[in-house]
Amino acid sequence: MQFEIDITMRMNSGSRGGDNFLLRSRFATTDRALVLFGPSGSGKTLSLKAIAGLLTPDDGHIRVNGKTIFDARQGVNIPTRERRVGYVFQNYALFPHLTVRENVGFGLRGLFGRLSSVAERRVRELVHIFGLDRVADLRPGALSGGQQQRAALARALAPEPELLLLDEPFSALDQPLRLRMRTELARTLERFAIPMIMVTHDSDEMASFAEAVVVYRDGAVVGVHSTGGQPEHRASVTRMVQQEVALAYDM
Amino acid sequence: MQLSWLSLDDSLLSAPLLLTLKVAGLATLAALVLGVAAAYLLARRRVPFRELLDALCTLPLVMPPTVLGYYLLVIIGRRGVLGQWLQESLGITLMFTWQGAVIAATVVAFPLVFKSARAALEGVGREYEDAARTLGQGELSVFLRVSLPLAFRGVLAGTMLAFARAMGEFGATLMVAGNLPGRTQTLSLAVYSAVQAGDDVLANTLVLLISLVCVVILMATSRLIQPKY
Repeated sequence: MQFEIDITMRMNSGSRGGDNFLLRSRFATTDRALVLFGPSGSGKTLSLKAIAGLLTPDDGHIRVNGKTIFDARQGVNIPTRERRVGYVFQNYALFPHLTVRENVGFGLRGLFGRLSSVAERRVRELVHIFGLDRVADLRPGALSGGQQQRAALARALAPEPELLLLDEPFSALDQPLRLRMRTELARTLERFAIPMIMVTHDSDEMASFAEAVVVYRDGAVVGVHSTGGQPEHRASVTRMVQQEVALAYDM
Repeated sequence: MQLSWLSLDDSLLSAPLLLTLKVAGLATLAALVLGVAAAYLLARRRVPFRELLDALCTLPLVMPPTVLGYYLLVIIGRRGVLGQWLQESLGITLMFTWQGAVIAATVVAFPLVFKSARAALEGVGREYEDAARTLGQGELSVFLRVSLPLAFRGVLAGTMLAFARAMGEFGATLMVAGNLPGRTQTLSLAVYSAVQAGDDVLANTLVLLISLVCVVILMATSRLIQPKY
């Protein structure tokens, strides 16, 4: 994946007496698995939302595989629905009024019409791959945390996105489950061979997924580290980032 | 209290009842579409003069019905801004017709749909709508497949209240549509006429009828308001 982002965004919190947050997000990478790392409120999630088109930056550009999806100067801003990104929200945002099966199939049909037989087969397959057969006709409210995460992933992958965006996918899970789902997610990502960008503030998660790490602090990118596609370099990159972050917290 | 269905001429009850159901039903439908549309615009879209528009949409709830009726006369009356044009170019008269009563009832019922629909839509988590967008859905699809189903109970509750309000509408209807038996005389107007004429039997029956319908609607509404998810 070729990925390039260079955006500026001013967030006005309004009610808190003109407290402005300035996001300056800028990096480029060719790695397939990218982790945006940093403390809460450092601008990671805002960057992820800008990539998905859920927020519009004030200035700059975003390019994926040579395709410009946003460019303020050229007036390019491809709407979210055409960006072909899968998005897994922090608390999964599964549609509470639909069953697991309907959630997974949501992106495979438009406003009118029904699922095609091809789409129906894909839903069945995904439900099976993610071990959701037994809960397929239940609403999300009846699911465990792990099942909810699997359903959210299946839903995001169903329309075959070109890029998967994950916003702290483990933060809604208990610690023991978190470890298990981490291994599971790593295997899933391998199986679907899809480029991904993950937001996290957990350095263990970073170590399990990252081919490249982008470190955020106070709304700006303070470091970009790549393993150069060599998984054995992950440990050293992780150590480097941890040192960098420790320094940042010291200040 | 004297109360006897049998002693009454059938049409004295059925004519105003059927007319009321027709007028209130159509007015509720119109208020539902307009109220939800206005609620969506104010809850989810960037519109200028948001506070002013919100106040205007709520105004019919607090203004005296006679004032509303007067405004309607100014707009759709024979010499009204819109009324004159309708009369001259399309040959449509709204004054003293049941269609005029529908318009009056729509105006008074509208804020009830608008208020509850807006609160319900604002209660829908934005992440659900964003999730639908990332799944390739356009704005109309996001609204009809996600926002509206999740706001459904609030919208429905507002619609029931709007129907009850439209059924009981008196003041604005009287000014716009008059009180013509068999043509524009709805239940609440019939009650007034019956009392004026000293016909206690008819008044009692009409009053019980309208009370019954309103109680049923309110009970159904309070049941619907309870959250489901």
